[in-house]
Amino acid sequence: MHDKTLAQLSAGLASGEYSSVELTRHFLDRIQRLDPVYNSFITVMADQALASAASADQQRASGKGVHPLCGVPIAHKDIFCTEGVRTSCASKMLDNFIPPYNATVVDNFLAAGAVVLGKTNMDEFAMGSSNETSWYGPVKNPWDINTVPGGSSGGSAAAIAARLTPASTATDTGGSIRQPAALCGISGLKPTYGRVSRWGMIAFASSLDQGGPLARTAEDLALMMNVMASYDPRDSTCLDLEVPDYTAGLTNSIAGLKIGVPKEYFDEGLNPATAKVVQDALRQLEQLGATLHDISLPHSSLSVPAYYVIAPAEASANLSRFDGVRYGYRCEEPQDLRDLYMRTRAEGFGDEVKRRILVGAYCLSAGYYDAYYNKAQQVRRLIKQDFVSAFEQVDMILGPTCPNPAFEFGSKGDNPVAMYLEDIYTISTNLAGLPGMSIPCGLVDNKPVGLQIIGNYFSEAHMLNVAHQYQMATDWHTRQPADIG
Amino acid sequence: MSWETVIGLEVHVQLATKTKIFSGSSTAFGAAPNTQASAVDLAMPGTLPVANEQAFRYAIMFGLAIDAEIGKTSVFERKNYFYPDLPKGYQTTQLAKPIVGPGHVDIQLKDGSHKRVRIHHAHLEEDAGKSLHEDFHGMSGIDLNRAGTPLIEIVSEPDMRNAEEAVAFAKKLHSIVTSLGICDGNMSQGSMRFDVNISVRKKGDEKLGTRTETKNLNSFKFMEEAIALEVERQIDVIEDGGKILQETRLYNADTKTARSMRSKEEANDYRYFPCPDLLPVVIDDATIEQLRSTLPELPDARHKRFVEQYGLSDYDAGVLGDDATMAHYFEAATKVCGDAKLAANWIMGELSARLNGEDKTIGDSPVSAVQLGQMILRIKDNTISNKMAKEVLQGVWTGEGDPDTVIEKRGLKQVSDSGAIEALVADVLAANSAQVDNYRSADDSKRPKMIGFFVGQIMKASKGQANPQQVNEILLKKLNELI
Amino acid sequence: MTIERADIEKLAELARIRITEENIAATTRSLGNVLQLVDQLQAADTTGIAPMAHPLDAVQRLRPDVVSESDQREAFQAIAPATENGLYLVPKVIE
Repeated sequence: MHDKTLAQLSAGLASGEYSSVELTRHFLDRIQRLDPVYNSFITVMADQALASAASADQQRASGKGVHPLCGVPIAHKDIFCTEGVRTSCASKMLDNFIPPYNATVVDNFLAAGAVVLGKTNMDEFAMGSSNETSWYGPVKNPWDINTVPGGSSGGSAAAIAARLTPASTATDTGGSIRQPAALCGISGLKPTYGRVSRWGMIAFASSLDQGGPLARTAEDLALMMNVMASYDPRDSTCLDLEVPDYTAGLTNSIAGLKIGVPKEYFDEGLNPATAKVVQDALRQLEQLGATLHDISLPHSSLSVPAYYVIAPAEASANLSRFDGVRYGYRCEEPQDLRDLYMRTRAEGFGDEVKRRILVGAYCLSAGYYDAYYNKAQQVRRLIKQDFVSAFEQVDMILGPTCPNPAFEFGSKGDNPVAMYLEDIYTISTNLAGLPGMSIPCGLVDNKPVGLQIIGNYFSEAHMLNVAHQYQMATDWHTRQPADIG
Repeated sequence: MSWETVIGLEVHVQLATKTKIFSGSSTAFGAAPNTQASAVDLAMPGTLPVANEQAFRYAIMFGLAIDAEIGKTSVFERKNYFYPDLPKGYQTTQLAKPIVGPGHVDIQLKDGSHKRVRIHHAHLEEDAGKSLHEDFHGMSGIDLNRAGTPLIEIVSEPDMRNAEEAVAFAKKLHSIVTSLGICDGNMSQGSMRFDVNISVRKKGDEKLGTRTETKNLNSFKFMEEAIALEVERQIDVIEDGGKILQETRLYNADTKTARSMRSKEEANDYRYFPCPDLLPVVIDDATIEQLRSTLPELPDARHKRFVEQYGLSDYDAGVLGDDATMAHYFEAATKVCGDAKLAANWIMGELSARLNGEDKTIGDSPVSAVQLGQMILRIKDNTISNKMAKEVLQGVWTGEGDPDTVIEKRGLKQVSDSGAIEALVADVLAANSAQVDNYRSADDSKRPKMIGFFVGQIMKASKGQANPQQVNEILLKKLNELI
Repeated sequence: MTIERADIEKLAELARIRITEENIAATTRSLGNVLQLVDQLQAADTTGIAPMAHPLDAVQRLRPDVVSESDQREAFQAIAPATENGLYLVPKVIE
């Protein structure tokens, strides 16, 4: 059962091939057996999952207006608040935090009748590209447990790659859906900013964060998007736009599709083997009727520097609420108010989170605001304008998701910038608010490579269509790691 | 050496919205601690703000009232600092693009002169919670009910030169916001709080002196006291060869002293930046025009109207017209009794004296405007005398009922039956023949003074209920007959 | 721009994060690395370019002034580190 896609499981439940309880037990059993190796879950919700599976089975038996995902197991990244279930953001700061409310995304899946297996591991507060910053320990990449699964949604991606869940929610601030999807050989979509509600999704950088799905196929992503995308009056930045049926156009032909290939994404920083795999994928799309066009996104090289001002600046304020007063970690025996703050935050946050808070505070502080924060926001506009111009010529922009396949734990050394540069191709879409996807397109040394698809604003359905057509013609998305039980 | 004082005000005005600026929590005053603090107000992880439309409407109304330019695009920013009454660790406020741009407020001083105080801008922001310092085993308690209450912060230019001007300005702002109905004006509950920036300089100097900020004054009286104290302190320091430190000061109204609150050594660096959770707020012309056309009457216009419509003196129009609640009271009482002059006299005289005596404002008056009007009606139709009216007022004040009920209960009806009064006069004259003889033999010029005695006796005999005017008339007639 | 020990101490104070003596050198170094990266921005010509705080040119939607929240103090304070009589407790606040 664990080899099946979300779409197949939905069909299996509909035909009565198996019940949701059976399905849920199967996945819970796999998690129990295999996850001690991968560490992809922070919290497994066995009892709740079985209870909702039972009620999903009842609902299916009654046959009334059953949602396609009713009874289908999924997982939530531990950044989405779940009422009554610990939501840690992989931080010691929130190790004891049990939200009294649900994220809108969580509510949406609840309404669909999906079964939640548990909360997946991630980089602490979604800050990282390797899942090494989790307070609950790193997640292992099922393709090679000596390598990282990517981050920050590494737990979600690894769990899907190891077939511990067919799909998961995730979030992407600078590549946190696409990069782990690429490194774990699965599919992931970061929607347009404002498409998925951020209510109840613990903020890292509010103007960049966007929730989206991880799954094995584009079709499954479409099914997930049908649930995740919604207008939410509680999120001021969420757009009041009609939610299309993302599965409706999957089978459309992509003949005539104009694909832009940015030269900046094939620079000297790109691993040559990865480059070749991506080029092969582009040729495959050409055979499906698409045309390739050289384009330029001239400000691409500034996206990482701009991001490492804007994201830390927003994070430095977003994470001020973690002060040991109303919830979460509080240091022992605070001597006075200052001590309460200084020690709670020093002890509750990990090194990378603290580093970004300090960087953010620096970029906003008196005398540096113009040179850093304001400058970065100007560059951000230039980056967006690059894309706007490009989309006047092409329908979609394709390239590699990351410069390298999965790397080994600890291999990035002491300099945090080495890690930051792993997101060089994904960050600019967050700055511009554009949707981006990663789908598997090959292997290098038996490590998966991701093909990145960047679409125009709110073109997710079309992107899914392109990805689905590619997956109909190839089998990379069906490849799975050896030794996953 | 002659010194000049320079004063600017920052005024926090709590807006009279039903809910908070960024959440649907109630803003009602006096609820049990933290029962009006929602997940958003508590800055629970993942929660997000959505701005309150009414807060914007109120802020725009204020802008229109002070003739200011309205910020068609206003932007919320985050002001970062840690404090337990500030759950997010930043205050959501406006800085570069406030909702209200430069405007002005005109004030009238005691000598009758007028002065214009410029407003630098006014912006929308959220209020903080409260720290309670009662001893919880050496801890403080935090109540976040107030956190997120919408405020406009009105920032004046340093245009005031003494405490009188500052207080007149503060009172005028109070009058404007209560007239607009955008604030309940309840100073003791903190609905309006004043921060006063004060500096002194030698007369004739162009350059401003170093200023201090005295924070959170919540009464006009305290403001006046605090300014006097701070001006004196600054002059003393400078004359002793010292320097004024830029600092925040706290005035203690009980001890009439002030102290430095936070030294600016640990200079705050608030790291303002646009709040990414909130988008720019765009106000269209139609909204502004709609609000302009429905703007309630403002204090200056009302003042003028009171002079013209009711024939009040400039002074009376000021007392009755500057405060919105007072103005409504006056007009409601006048409507009932049809006599603006009498209503004005009673409100500014007897009623105000009683209110002041119990430290009440007109809004808390136990005697409603309608009741006062009814009482005045009874004076006008001769049911009661002015003297009786004071007794009636006393009865209504203490809750004995409406004026007519009190008149009835206390048996205060005036005797206006001329037959009855003639009989009383006759009795008194008969019983006091010696005084009548004196009257008769007295000089014309001395007689008016002697009448008081007879009137007193007659009123006494009537137990105070005879109509004094009729008593006078009949008495004179009778005495004249005797001459 | 180079970052020094004194900057780190000021930032630690602003961000209310204690940095121990043994960590201060490493923190200074790694922040220096990040700032070296972001200094690449200085080369960009941004003359006349308006800063962009939000990815979309959307405007704020306003909420009607209607009470939508009820008292949930008990649930909220069940997860609080220290409360008494409905108040959150913190070490004494001195103004």
